[in-house]
Amino acid sequence: MSIKVINEKCVGCKLCVKTCPFGAIEVVNKKAVIDLHRCTLCGACIESCKFDAIVLTKISPTDIPFPKKFDEYKGVWVFCEQKKGVVQSVAYELLGKGRELADTLGVELCGVLLGENMKEEAQKVIHRGVNKVYLVDSPALKHYQDEPYSKVLIQLIKEYKPEIVLCGASSIGRSLISRVAIGIHAGLTADCTGLDIDIKERLLLQTRPAFGGNIMATIICPNHRPQMSTVRHKVMKEAIENKHHKGKIIEKSYDANVYYSRTRLLDIVEEIEETVNLTEANVIVSGGRGIQNPENFRLIEDLAKALGGAVGASRAAVDSGWKTYSHQVGQTGKTVCPKIYIACGISGQIQHLVGMQSSEIIVAINKDPHAPIFTVATYGIVGDLFEVLPELTRKFKEVLKK
Amino acid sequence: MNIIVCIKQVPDTTNVRIDPETNTLVRSGVQSIVNPFDMYAIEEGVRLKEKFGGAVTIVTMGPPQAEEALREAISLGADEAVLISDRAFAGSDTWATSYTLSRAIQKIGKFDIIICGKQAIDGDTAQVGPGIAAFLDIPQITFVKKIEDIKDSFMRAERMTEEGYDIVESPLPCLITVVKEINEPRLPSLKGKLRAKKAEIRKLEAKDLDADPDSLGLKGSPTKVVKIFTPSPRKGGQILEGEAKDVCEKLVELLKTEIL
Repeated sequence: MSIKVINEKCVGCKLCVKTCPFGAIEVVNKKAVIDLHRCTLCGACIESCKFDAIVLTKISPTDIPFPKKFDEYKGVWVFCEQKKGVVQSVAYELLGKGRELADTLGVELCGVLLGENMKEEAQKVIHRGVNKVYLVDSPALKHYQDEPYSKVLIQLIKEYKPEIVLCGASSIGRSLISRVAIGIHAGLTADCTGLDIDIKERLLLQTRPAFGGNIMATIICPNHRPQMSTVRHKVMKEAIENKHHKGKIIEKSYDANVYYSRTRLLDIVEEIEETVNLTEANVIVSGGRGIQNPENFRLIEDLAKALGGAVGASRAAVDSGWKTYSHQVGQTGKTVCPKIYIACGISGQIQHLVGMQSSEIIVAINKDPHAPIFTVATYGIVGDLFEVLPELTRKFKEVLKK
Repeated sequence: MNIIVCIKQVPDTTNVRIDPETNTLVRSGVQSIVNPFDMYAIEEGVRLKEKFGGAVTIVTMGPPQAEEALREAISLGADEAVLISDRAFAGSDTWATSYTLSRAIQKIGKFDIIICGKQAIDGDTAQVGPGIAAFLDIPQITFVKKIEDIKDSFMRAERMTEEGYDIVESPLPCLITVVKEINEPRLPSLKGKLRAKKAEIRKLEAKDLDADPDSLGLKGSPTKVVKIFTPSPRKGGQILEGEAKDVCEKLVELLKTEIL
């Protein structure tokens, strides 16, 4: 890929300078000049230019030669993350998408399950429409550990050669799959929000947000197999359960050296401040500086509880010590995309917005009508949250009771 | 104790806002900063050195101006800095970046701990830390929020999970990636700033790494970007007006179907 300015067309209007997120463009002698050291070829300037004076030569899937034959790589795999012996919902979401991809390619959809005493869970995975489950059952795999999990997955991939491997972008998924990708020299795209197939080239088109969601990039992996992606929670629709669906369980076991881990898991500590996991919640109610003190967070918690949702917090609230870091939503915290995100007393700095702007519905409650949060809110309430929140909780309870 | 901290220079987003019309970033002279998560990595490295002795070496891969980021790290207490810079590295994806950094680390010499930020705020992949560990074939502990202890060549650390945290023990050498909760980075001291100005930055180019040239840069990257676009703008919606009671009623009505 390369980028250049067509000097004849450039009028030196500086629109591209303003748009470039990386500060890579300057206007010198009324012509735009791109600093290639800073430029990431994101293409934002191209859209901003009203004179078509910037061109990016892109690689299209058809331009890439295919030196290798990948006929032996077949099938779509989903790594089914389990915790305490229960397959996590993100795996079922990936199976939903995986089925679509597998059908488009005309191949099998398979689940991969690692753990201890997982037969029943394997059956549940089959009920979500897979053709096969590769099951590796061993006490050594009871809890997630980087090395045994990555070594087992590498062995399975080498033996059965899937063309696509999908995994949730959870803390486990992100730790595991990067190691696996290096181990088998595969391409890996993190945190995808869209997956599609280019059927002519049998390529996985992986779309992901970059630069805090202000730019989207579609990425392919033409010369390596499998094509691997991690996918965010709550982006794909869960596969529907069908208890009559039949599939095969293929059990594998490995030598002790495959299960061996240099690191040791000494303890698993659950901080049960609330029952709902932020990244998996359908509803999140978040509080910011406008909450004023830790006691007032109770108003947020009450509303979250009434809606069966989770409690989030802005960086300001976490830095003030009102909520722990595990609740922080935004650039230095968690990225979430629930169905409904209710931001209370949060002004909406860009660092917060990048962590929640892909939520389906955003509700903002703020007393400042000019707060940037309103620019992304589906519904905005300009008002005093100490009046609005209790009333809202009461009204929701009423409705939910019926 | 030899500590290596890997950092990345990224565009600063603090003075960036989103243009509500075009939904693109509006910047007024975006500066480059050290990736925020890497600031915690630098601080943790310096704290380990203060506790156990040794030296902190900062490593970055990037354009020549990434030297500024290295000098900043030195002002915060790091001892040495290495800039890995070459046009041959341009267009590296996370695979090629992990490979290049791992080759450079092997050149730098013996280490006990490698510390990385959990992810960079521009790419947000969180892949390079585990990638380096895989290339070097050393154990890793990701998303570390606290190092509990280091004793007899073993580290015990708390790894953040969705539900809380795991306590994990790893032999040294190992690689950790750190989250914000691990510490509060210090400000540079005057002495540090002076030292940073004078410090010599070691430079490594592709030819210095004994690396496979086909594994570097765009050529060595399994993934390729084929399309970049701005997402359809998220428009501000409806402002509900009136007394608290009325707006709440309206909102509940609007969201009813979603929550039931």
